[in-house]
Amino acid sequence: MAWKDLVIERRSKETLNALLFFSLALLFVFQFALGPDRERLASVLPGLLWLGFILSGVLGLGRAFLVERENDCWEALLLAPGDKSAIYLGKLAGSLMLMAVVETLVLALFVVFFDVDLSHALPGLALVIGLGTVGIAAVGTLFAAMTAQVRARELLFPVLLLPVLVPVLLGTVKATEALLLREPLAAVAHWLKLLAAADVVYLAVGLLTFDVILEG
Amino acid sequence: MVAVPLIRVVGLVRVFGAQRVLDGVNLDVAAGEAVALLGPNGAGKTTLLKIVATLLRPTRGTATVAGHDCVRDAESARAVLGVVNHGAHIYEDLTAHENLAFWARLRGRPADSQTLLGVLADVDLERHAGARVRTFSAGMRRRLALARLALTSPRVLLLDEPFAGLDQRARKWLEGRLEAFKAGGGALLMATHSFGRELGICDRLAILAGGRVALDTPRAGLDPQDVQRLYTAHTEELS
Repeated sequence: MAWKDLVIERRSKETLNALLFFSLALLFVFQFALGPDRERLASVLPGLLWLGFILSGVLGLGRAFLVERENDCWEALLLAPGDKSAIYLGKLAGSLMLMAVVETLVLALFVVFFDVDLSHALPGLALVIGLGTVGIAAVGTLFAAMTAQVRARELLFPVLLLPVLVPVLLGTVKATEALLLREPLAAVAHWLKLLAAADVVYLAVGLLTFDVILEG
Repeated sequence: MVAVPLIRVVGLVRVFGAQRVLDGVNLDVAAGEAVALLGPNGAGKTTLLKIVATLLRPTRGTATVAGHDCVRDAESARAVLGVVNHGAHIYEDLTAHENLAFWARLRGRPADSQTLLGVLADVDLERHAGARVRTFSAGMRRRLALARLALTSPRVLLLDEPFAGLDQRARKWLEGRLEAFKAGGGALLMATHSFGRELGICDRLAILAGGRVALDTPRAGLDPQDVQRLYTAHTEELS
């Protein structure tokens, strides 16, 4: 499933191009909104970074099952015998890879646009971004399946997803803030535990309920 | 001992809002038998096929495939089902070979290149194995969709207008495959608007009208004009 999605995305580049241009536009807006005030920038950078990741994630994950809808393959997925949670895991893996590419580029652009030095915090940031991305993708993939066949899906998907992502947003922003202030990883351990717990819950719910959601 | 039909539909009712599309359909298809489902647009042919294919739940009544209830035991039913409906179920940005490989792996079937190329050769798509489906004509896409069935070994086939868009050669190939399928003990339920050659593989005709099977009759001895007459007689009564 992941292989199929990545091959299609590599050939069409529809989602990746859209996400990259969206991220660039977002960075321009942030740049104009914040201006040159370095102190203000330092205090809001963690929130802005994760706002960029989550908005890109919402845009990208909302399209997770678009290829099935456009190619009339939704019923064929349903007809495949066996445990449907394998389809969920495959979709999740594909989404994670796509988000990893976009987040790496967004992070690089952040460094360039806002002239910030993240080198001291990179290992810790990688862990926080990894945990946060798994949480966003786990629940995003589930909700994308839930709303795939609904008429107002473009509106319903972010409305459903964003409130559920509050624990992830809280954990990631707080942990990122502490890391950028050069606090050690141990100082953010409680936020990392919150993120890990959220990831476990979201993954478990996704695996247990995907079958029911696909059946509609 | 009487064999249980591979497809059994009893008292099937399906309501969409205020519209009662199926209103007590009863139909059996035995092993080695092919039944053509005829009826005007909106008669419920596709709805009936979707319920038997486990894609839709009935409002009332039961449908079983090889003894498996299509609602309570849908996964077991799906394991023996092959379905070709209006959608081709193929990804346009994958090649023909990649499409077959994906669906074969998803169904836990062999996906080696030799097997897949053999299947593509059967439907005369071997030369286009590496081409993206986006470049295919409607007939080629239909052949690829039918090729997917050759990867699995279903006991029951549900086909919605399977001959649509096929050239003579592909039609002949499909007729041969369906005859072989029947000879191997499979059961086939096929929705069609055609009264001609396509009915050649069918043993019975079931005409849907008014949400029910208005006529269920052996096809033997009926020519296309006879079929047209029966169709008109049983559908125009209710219009």
